[in-house]
Order: sequence, then C-alpha cells, then structure tokens
Amino acid sequence: MALSKKKKRGVLIGTGLGILGVAAGLVLYALSDTITFFYTPSDVVEKNVEPGTRMRLGGLVADGSVIRGQGKEVGFTVTDTSKDIKVSYVGILPDLFREGQGVIAEGTLEPGGSFRADTVLAKHDENYMPREVADALKAKGVWKDGQPMPMGGTTQ
Amino acid sequence: MIAELGQFALILAFATALYQTTVPLYGAWRGDQRLMAVAPPAAMLQVCLIAVAFGCLTWAYVTSDFSVENVYMNSHSDKPLIYKISGVWGNHEGSMVLWVLILAIFGSAVAIFGGNLPPSLKARVIAVQGSISVAFLLFILLTSNPFNRLDPAPIEGRGLNPILQDPALAMHPPLLYAGYVGLSIAFSFAVAALIEGKVDAAWARWVRPWTLAAWMLLTAGIMLGSWWAYYELGWGGWWFWDPVENASFMPWLVAAALLHSAIVVEKRNALKVWTILLAILAFSLSLLGTFLVRSGVLTSVHSFAVDPARGVFILGILCVFIGGALALYAWRAPVIKSGGLFAPISREGALVVNNLLLTASCAAVFIGTLYPLALESVTGEKISVGPPYFNLTFGPLILPLLLLVPLGPLLSWKRADIWAATQRLWAAAAIAVIVAIAAAAWQWRGPWLAPLGVALGVWLVAGAVVELAAKSNFRKAGAAVAWARVKGLPGAAWGMMLAHAGVGVFVIGVVAITAWKQEVVTVLKPGDSMQIGGRTVTFTGETPFTGPNYSAERGNFSITSSSGATADVWSEKRVFKPSNQPTTEVGIQTYLDGDVYVVIGDRAGDAGRTVRAYYHPLVWMLWLGSLLMFLGGFASIMDRRYRVGAPKKSTAGAAVQPAE
Repeated sequence: MALSKKKKRGVLIGTGLGILGVAAGLVLYALSDTITFFYTPSDVVEKNVEPGTRMRLGGLVADGSVIRGQGKEVGFTVTDTSKDIKVSYVGILPDLFREGQGVIAEGTLEPGGSFRADTVLAKHDENYMPREVADALKAKGVWKDGQPMPMGGTTQ
Repeated sequence: MIAELGQFALILAFATALYQTTVPLYGAWRGDQRLMAVAPPAAMLQVCLIAVAFGCLTWAYVTSDFSVENVYMNSHSDKPLIYKISGVWGNHEGSMVLWVLILAIFGSAVAIFGGNLPPSLKARVIAVQGSISVAFLLFILLTSNPFNRLDPAPIEGRGLNPILQDPALAMHPPLLYAGYVGLSIAFSFAVAALIEGKVDAAWARWVRPWTLAAWMLLTAGIMLGSWWAYYELGWGGWWFWDPVENASFMPWLVAAALLHSAIVVEKRNALKVWTILLAILAFSLSLLGTFLVRSGVLTSVHSFAVDPARGVFILGILCVFIGGALALYAWRAPVIKSGGLFAPISREGALVVNNLLLTASCAAVFIGTLYPLALESVTGEKISVGPPYFNLTFGPLILPLLLLVPLGPLLSWKRADIWAATQRLWAAAAIAVIVAIAAAAWQWRGPWLAPLGVALGVWLVAGAVVELAAKSNFRKAGAAVAWARVKGLPGAAWGMMLAHAGVGVFVIGVVAITAWKQEVVTVLKPGDSMQIGGRTVTFTGETPFTGPNYSAERGNFSITSSSGATADVWSEKRVFKPSNQPTTEVGIQTYLDGDVYVVIGDRAGDAGRTVRAYYHPLVWMLWLGSLLMFLGGFASIMDRRYRVGAPKKSTAGAAVQPAE
C-alpha cells in the first residue's frame, strides 16, 4: 500500500469526483422523473394535460360544491373563477379546508376531465392562501394583495 | 415605557456590536493589545443589552400589553402563560430577537471561556461574531421592529395560531435557532483563521466542541419539530421533505461532516482547508435556512408569519456573509499549510469518504429544495419536488455511508489493514443477518427491502457494540479488566458509539414506519369497532369539552390488544377563540411494537363519525435514535481533553462547556 504522494492525492480526487458524479447523475435522473407540475383549472383545460398525469391542482374550493358521500368519499370543485374541475378524494379533509378558500390537491387527472386527489393540502393559518394559488389568482386579476379573498373567503 | 426601553436596548446593542466588530479587528491587524482587549467586554455588554430587549418583549407578552403591535397580532389574554411566553418567538419579529440573543450568547461564551486562546485569534473571532450581530440587529431595527406601538391600543389581541400552542413547538424554535446560530462560532473561527492564515490542532480543539454543541441542539430541534408534526398534523407524518425541514436538515448534514473532519485536523493536522470550507458552508446553510423560512419564498406546510419584502434584506445579508467568506477563503486558503498525508485505506480516508457522502447528500437536498425556485424565476413554471426525488437521490447517497459507519472507527490512522478491521465485524454482520431473517418472518407481508433496512440499522448498532468490545479488549482480557477499561474510555469514544448506535436505531424506526405502516379510514357509530395493527379500536362515544381558550368535541376510543389489555385514548376537534380556527388533536397509544394513532373526523350520517386510525410500528425508535445521537454529542463535549489543558507546545486547549 505504499503509494506515492501523487497517487495518494489521485485516489482522493478520484473518489471525490466519483461520488460527485454519482450524485449528479442521481439528481438529474430524479429531476427528470419525479417532479410534479402545478396547474390551475385553466391551465389544465388550455394545455390539454394528458389524463393520468400526476400533478398538483390549485385554486379555490367553489362555494356550495362540497359533497360528502358515504362517509369517506368527498367531492368538491376547484375553480380559478374562469374554469372549474371536479375533484374526488377519499379520506379526511384538513381542518382548514373550507368552501371559498384556497386549496392544493395532488393526484391524477381522470379521462373524463375530473381529478382524483390522493392528498389535499390546506394550510395551517386561517389567513393562508397557498402561494401558487395566490399567484395564479393575481395573474387572473381576480385577487390583489391586501384585498379580501374573492368569493367570500374570510380573512380577518 | 417597557417597549421603548426594549427598543432603546436594541439600538444600543447595535452600536455595541458595531464597536465589537471594528475595534478588535483593527487592533488585531495593528497588533495593539489594548484594542484587542475591548472585544470580550463588548460581547458581554451586547448580550446584556439584547437580553434586556428580549426581556422587555417577553414582559409585554406576559402582561398582554396590546398597545405593542406585535403582542396584539400574536397574543390573547386568555392564553395559558406558557403560550404567552412561547408566543414571543412564535412570530417573525420576536423570533429574530431570539435569534440575535442566541447569537450574542454564543459570542459572549467565547469571551468567557476563551481565556487561553491566542489574543489575536480571540479578538478576531469575537469581532466576526459581532459583525453577524450588526447585520441582524440592523435587519430587526429597519424591517422587523417588535416594539412598534398601536394607538389607540386594542382591548384584545388576535391570538397565536392555535396549531402553535403546543409544548413541543414552544421549545422547537429556541433549540433549532441555538443549533443554527451555534454554527456561527465555527464560521467565526474559520474566518478568523483565514485572516490569521493559521490552522492548528488547537484551533480544531476549539471548533469541534462548538460544532458538536450546535449539531446536538440542531438534532434536538429537528427531532422536536418532527415529533410535533407526527402528533399534530393528524396523519402521523414525521418527515415530509418539506423545504422548511430541508432548511434545517442541510446545516445538520454539513455540521455532521464538519465535526468528523475536525477530528482529522486535531489528530492528524490534515484536511485543514477542507474543514475551514465546511465551517463556512455549515453556517451559510444556516443563514440560507433563515432566509428560506423568513422570506416566504417557499411554499411549505411549516412556515408562519412570512413577508417577501424582508426576504430581500436577508438575501443581502446572505450575499455579504457567504460571498465575503468564500472570497476570503479563495484568497487566503492557499496560505494555510497542509500537513499529514495518509493512505486511502486509513481512518483519515474513511473520514474523507464520510465527508464526501454527507456533503453530496446535502447537495442533493439543496438542489431539490432550490430547483423549484430557480425554475420558477427563470421559466415561470411552477413545480414541486417531493419525497420521490429525495428518496431517489438522498437514499442511494446516504446508504453507502451507513454501511461503512461501523468500519471507519476500526481502521487505524495513517494506514490501515482493511481485512483485520472487517474480521472484527463478523459478529455484527451475523447479528444483522439473523435479525433481518427474524424481521422477514415477523412482517412477511411488507416490501422485501424492509428486512434489509432493519438489518442495516442492526448492523450500525452491533457495529458500535463491537467497537466498544474492541476498545475494552473484552475477548482477551476478561470481564473485569474490560469493565475497567470501558469505564476509563474517553468521552469522545462514548460519544461516537452512542451517536452511531443512535443512527442505527433511527434507521430501524424509519424502515419500520415506512414499510409496515397501516391505515384504516372508516365510519364508526358509538359502540362500533375496527381492526388495526392487530388490535381492536372501539368508538365509545362523544363528549363535549371546554378548554381555556377553545371548545371541543371529544371522541373517546378504547384499544384492546390481543392479550386482552385495554387502553383509553381520545381525539378532539377543537375550535379556538378568537379566530374560530379548528384544529384536531389525535389520540396516541404507544406500545413496544408501535403506536396506535386515532383521529376523529367529520360527522357522517346520524351519530356516525369518520374515524381514521393508523398503526405506526416502532415509531419510538425515531425519538430514541435522535436522543442517542444527542447524548452522543453530549458525551463527546464532556471529553476531558476539551477542558484540561492541551499539550504544552500548542497555545490553547481550553475550558469548553456547551453554551446553554
């Protein structure tokens, strides 16, 4: 094992570059394969998103749209005030899930144009609007900073 | 009046910090002892002033002084006292005051315990520490003043977000901040060493305990946050790869690398330049974490009280400190003489591999956390990077590290015989294989990888025990001699074994909860029951309940094990005053094999309730594993060599105790 000074340094640099290369490869592969895109209902309609695509759907829970079925199954509509998408979800909704409030649903688009969510995110704070949703609504001109949320959402 | 006093104290602290930064730096440059000597008293004065400000803010909270805007926004007179106090750091302004308070405490700790540091190094370290205070005090005074008044004063406050009214979360930010900010000491030492152009074993003996202290506190802080998420968010998730979690995990990973590489500097006088870089990166990631959490640029389940306008200021601080330190590094690092070459197969080599894998996995987390931000600012496309990314990148990078952990400590310094080391690990490997088979037999329905994961955890624990047996020479010397030797082992050896075993215990917990978790969602009427985790959960009925600042519907459940033992738990839906915000409290019963976790849901039909129940196997191993890592850090800090004088030729070797 009596390596020369040069060789010792070579092994060190080689190991470092090797690990760096593996890390870079993993990161690139994972980024091409596992990221989820965020869409608003209008995006889904305009961009013709393929059914079966995994994505995050964000918008407001339309007023009067929440249907509680046989216990576990819940249906509601996500809207950005110009387009609507029906969402079905099995499970318990977050505490802060309310009609008229911002929501992000993660899941897949069904062939009929409805959305099957496996995760529903509403956030911790009663004043909270998911940032993507807030941006999307601002872009649509529906909502501005400092104004009450559209559709009767409560922000005290 | 009290609020004005607090504000005044903050301004004085800013002036003091400015003095503490400039005068000792100039003194050290000129070699003027008198100018260098002002550093310690300035650091002491600064910590006192910030403590006064913090005390004033706490006083305003405790007395519910709603003429202070910050108190009005975040407190309520009905709140229990503990949450009035924790409300001080449950919001942006107050948490920044806590941040600088901890920063100043660490700075003053160097002033107090740094008696036998070389005077110029001590002056420079305290000055660099002071410069961080300058930046953050200015940030508080200009953008986030906690002492703003309201006129007329409101009669009642708006209350603290009820989800934050929790004992674990009351302690989580102070611990996490202590960890983040503790790394500032390593940073200050690194920058001071770059200015001095000198790194030696004494320097490492200083940096390592501080890094250990920061790492321990970070471990405890992250664990508390994780525990809180586990029981509070209602479905038993303990880690989400959420940006805010990653923000605390990245400094943890780099601090772990740093406390390993500092050993090489101390023992072998090698890896100096790399260690300096790690010290800079560790605190840079802390600053980045502060920026990410405080600026509101990230969407997260954990961030509260955010304001994008402040982000620009913190981003400025970030650029100055990280950019400045790295520029100084590029300029001065070549001056530092490297020493001690080593063969690839050696203790040093193993520690290098440890460092490479830890930093590579940190880089993967870094890219996953910041890529969505970068992509959005370039293309406008919004994406989220979730657990699949992190499992695919972090997993394969950390796996070889975990496999190699038991081997590293058995290698000797400079040049090692890898076969001799692996032979000692036969017993550990055999135990791991046996446990893997047993795990497969016990939980055969899970994924086939799971028993291997459990084996990995057992391998780590058994490896730590083998290490202990080897150090005590148990096989040859017999029990009595071995025991005497074990008792005489230095704290650092105990620390390493505890921490490595803790990683193993933690891994077993992660694998068990990931692979063998069970979930049942169903509708129950009073008297109905469901099966989960081999136990029967019966819904025994609902009772209304009124707490100090909330009203609740409480669902009562009784859990019957196969042995016939029963346990009662309850889960509540609470509505808090004054915001009418609902929260859910879960019912958890812990058994040796795992937790049964019951959550009451919405009403369904007449008298029925949606009920969700989980079985989280071995989840206590997560908490035990983290605790062992924490205790390992503690044992290492207690090592005598950090307190008793170093060998004569080196200039330092100092009294070090964990600050706080």
